Amino acid sequence: MLQGIAFYVFSAVIIASSLMVISARNPVHSVLFLILAFFNAAALFVLLGAEFLAMILVIVYVGAVAVLFLFVVMMLDIDFTALRSGFMNYLPLGTVLGLVLFSEFLVAVGAWTFGNGVTAVRAVPLPDGVSNTEAIGRVLYTDYIFYFQTAGMILLVAMIGAIVLTLRHRPGVRRQSISRQVARNPASASELIDVKPGQGS
Amino acid sequence: MAIGLTHYLIVAALLFTIGVFGIFINRKNVIIILMSIELILLAVNINLVAFSAFLGDLTGQIFALFILTVAAAEAAIGLAILVVYFRNRGTIAVEDINLMKG
Repeated sequence: MLQGIAFYVFSAVIIASSLMVISARNPVHSVLFLILAFFNAAALFVLLGAEFLAMILVIVYVGAVAVLFLFVVMMLDIDFTALRSGFMNYLPLGTVLGLVLFSEFLVAVGAWTFGNGVTAVRAVPLPDGVSNTEAIGRVLYTDYIFYFQTAGMILLVAMIGAIVLTLRHRPGVRRQSISRQVARNPASASELIDVKPGQGS
Repeated sequence: MAIGLTHYLIVAALLFTIGVFGIFINRKNVIIILMSIELILLAVNINLVAFSAFLGDLTGQIFALFILTVAAAEAAIGLAILVVYFRNRGTIAVEDINLMKG
């Protein structure tokens, strides 16, 4: 009973806040509603017994991705009202497509049942007496180690890519050149000029 | 009032539809489009975790973990491209991004 109420509350907040994400006038409000949606999705994960994924969702999405969005929205000096000018033109087509898509989803999931004997072919059955985090750790670092390493590689490539894309050297900015500083010696650091009498000015 | 798999699937389907709808109605604002993509990926993650929980199979949660990784990388790269584009052009209107249409 309590679980049912919690499910409906969290789902309603997710749906409402995601609607606000796509329709808010101010993009900062959109990001804040996105954070609310992520928090409630994490609560749904807790209801499903996936505590580790719920905490990861809060850390990664709320702590990293949403803050990144917030930084970019606040950093770019854009007239966001001009970007909403075509809002009403796209509304009918978007509504029709959304309804079609959702009705297709309803047809697909409405009568969903697991097939007979599907539990016999589970790849990694949930172990008993082990917490969710430990169960994930047991398979993630053994059976799925290559995928785990690949995920790390993707993050490394993304990090380098983001740095390379946004790094720039402005002309006229005096920066510290450490290699040149270290390479200096007393002979090259000072210059002795012999000024003839009457010519130094 | 037992909450079954279908309930979770319908919530995820609604979230996915809202994400696609958001891409359609915010055709000019890349930031909202990126947020809609995050919503779509969140819907997929809810589906995977729901199937994982109701089937008793941990694979779905592991897959959701990898989707989370890729989503974070995608958001970082997408926003970096957005910042560079804004620096060069002074706008982020998607309709102006047709210089490479050949």
